[in-house]
Amino acid sequence: MPAEIYLNVAVSGLLTGLVYGLMALGLSVIFGVVRVVNFAHGEMMTIAMYLAVALFTGYKLDPLAMMLPIAAVLFLLGWAMQRVLINPFINRPEHSQFMLLVAVALIMVNALLIAFGPDARGVQTSYAFASFAVGPLLVDANKAYAGLAALAVAGTLFAFFRFTLLGKAIRACADNYAGALVVGLDVKRLYALTFAIGSACVGACGSMMVLLIDVTPPLGPAYTLLAFVIVITGGLGSMGGALLGGVLIGVTEAVGGLLFTPSAKSMFSFAILVLVLLFRPQGILGKRAAP
Amino acid sequence: MKPHSRRKVRTLQVPMLQVPMLQVPVTRRRVLAGVGASAAGALAAAAPLRMAEAQGAPLKVGVLLPRSGFQAGIGQDCQRGVDIAAGILKDLGLPELAIMNADTETNVEVARARAERLIGEGAQLIVGAFDSGQSTAIAQVAEQKGIPYVINIAAAPPITEQGYRFVFRNFPTAPMILADAFANQKEIFAAVGSAPKSVVFMHVNDTYGTSMQKGIDAALMKADMPYKILETIAYDPAARDLSVEVAKAKATGAEALLLVSRLNDAMLLTRELVKQRWTPMAVLSMGPGWYEDQYLKTLGKLADGPMSFVPWYDPNKPLSTRLEAALAKAHPDVNLNTNHIYTFEALLIAADAYRRAGSTDPKALADAIRATDIANNVSIGPGIRFDAKGQNATLKNAAIQNRGGKLVTIAPKAAANAAPEWPLSAYDKRG
Repeated sequence: MPAEIYLNVAVSGLLTGLVYGLMALGLSVIFGVVRVVNFAHGEMMTIAMYLAVALFTGYKLDPLAMMLPIAAVLFLLGWAMQRVLINPFINRPEHSQFMLLVAVALIMVNALLIAFGPDARGVQTSYAFASFAVGPLLVDANKAYAGLAALAVAGTLFAFFRFTLLGKAIRACADNYAGALVVGLDVKRLYALTFAIGSACVGACGSMMVLLIDVTPPLGPAYTLLAFVIVITGGLGSMGGALLGGVLIGVTEAVGGLLFTPSAKSMFSFAILVLVLLFRPQGILGKRAAP
Repeated sequence: MKPHSRRKVRTLQVPMLQVPMLQVPVTRRRVLAGVGASAAGALAAAAPLRMAEAQGAPLKVGVLLPRSGFQAGIGQDCQRGVDIAAGILKDLGLPELAIMNADTETNVEVARARAERLIGEGAQLIVGAFDSGQSTAIAQVAEQKGIPYVINIAAAPPITEQGYRFVFRNFPTAPMILADAFANQKEIFAAVGSAPKSVVFMHVNDTYGTSMQKGIDAALMKADMPYKILETIAYDPAARDLSVEVAKAKATGAEALLLVSRLNDAMLLTRELVKQRWTPMAVLSMGPGWYEDQYLKTLGKLADGPMSFVPWYDPNKPLSTRLEAALAKAHPDVNLNTNHIYTFEALLIAADAYRRAGSTDPKALADAIRATDIANNVSIGPGIRFDAKGQNATLKNAAIQNRGGKLVTIAPKAAANAAPEWPLSAYDKRG
């Protein structure tokens, strides 16, 4: 097999992995601060994908150009979900939170099924079939745009948490809940804001993902699972870990599929998960829990 | 309240039911026995009436299709065959069918559960379910419950190799499809004076795809084809990205693609061929996907060219013209295809058997289906007849090609209405 084929496949996996990473980043941010695992994460991405499809079908608006408005809609949805549904469950046992979010996920899937039917829907942009030739490399234009956009959004999010007062306040809530209350931070509002930011992340990711795959209502659970695999691999609560995990899973699946059999490519991502759980249970960039 | 004696507890005093002349104490057991006997008598008396009613009443047919999940597009296309059947069956003087729809959700276990539920709700015959895995599960339920099951589309050979008495298939098996596909390919290669020397065989890893993969080596050898398979690539029919699969296929340097696919993956494969700038000499499909209306509409000009070697219809049969007209009236922008043809024929078999059986009794219906002999049908071949295994072994396939959003038949010569376009025109020069 020619050498460039490996490079082509690895680049393709890297770009897809960046989008996966952004999706997982949303989950990681929410868990890292609010300490609630969002079991409706993939379903929220599906909602964003349907929004992108509707805007493209109805008004010919490019999904990438609609990334910010869609992220804003998901931001509001996340905010409302946190204030109305999740806040009353914050101090309840984890299994109650799990049941709540699984129920929300089921409602979302079925609502989408009622609204859009079971058919797969996609967007056919002017660059849907385009690719760039860079020497021996042949890069899928959709994956390139989506990967770069994911990198830009992730960079903005890192900057927000590192350099803004609001971002620092949210990190303070994550680091020391009691301390945050003592210094007078409005923790409930910050929790809602964090959930909304995580949701906006998945909203932006949905508008990129629709360039890569067609959307159907039952798509969500598979991506919720994928986000978990990535977040656990990268390290629960670690933003860098989520992005790294996404890239690792994307590249491993692509190259593993090429070297062995493509139909078994999911096996490689789960193999990585098992190895991480065995040898570094806190994840690649995760912090070991205090004894 | 006074405590009851043991005898009083067991005795139900019902003055209205007491018969003074016999002086028999009326106990709960006797009342129940009497009611049971009366009910049995009433039922026995009503039996001839029920039979008469059954002959006049529509046959309850449970139609199981993948209406959601990744096969939803095809399941809904099969449903079109159901929708247009009623009018044609009526014109043919066949009894009415009461259709009970159910969704398998493209899931074997759901298919099994829905079949059980349909039978529980009174379905007297089952039709479906497009997919071999789902049809295998339904066949097991139908056989266990003793309800006739007519498969519309499913090619895995084992379904009719189990000695089932209630399962019938009017669709070719994988070896039949392969043998006809290779015969038609050779006819096309001879007509165009060119043939690929090597191919990559890509197939879905579901029950149908695996059946085809298992049979392909023997069929290739028997057919003495001009090409050899350089690589076999299996993939998940629910896959959302097939870039690695296409990259791997392209890297082999094969001249053509030999495929067994479904609808969504056929569209994904085409997109990847375009993006990876690879136009093989030919795309030779031996399954659904490449000729479906959703494929043609979604991909436009990029959909032109692939050849599908599939169970098809004989345009020269009168019923084909009627079916085409009915579909054109109901869905003017949809081409008649395998999904409509074989789903319609399954219902035709059901209605014809019900007419001859004159009863909804499952055994009588199964016996009537076994004795089916319909020459006035749609699919290619002498007609609909079942062998001892419940298989119609007389079916023939055709080769069709996509041309400007329409489908033309290019082989066998007897059923062809166009010459093959060869080779596949370059994807990047289609405007």
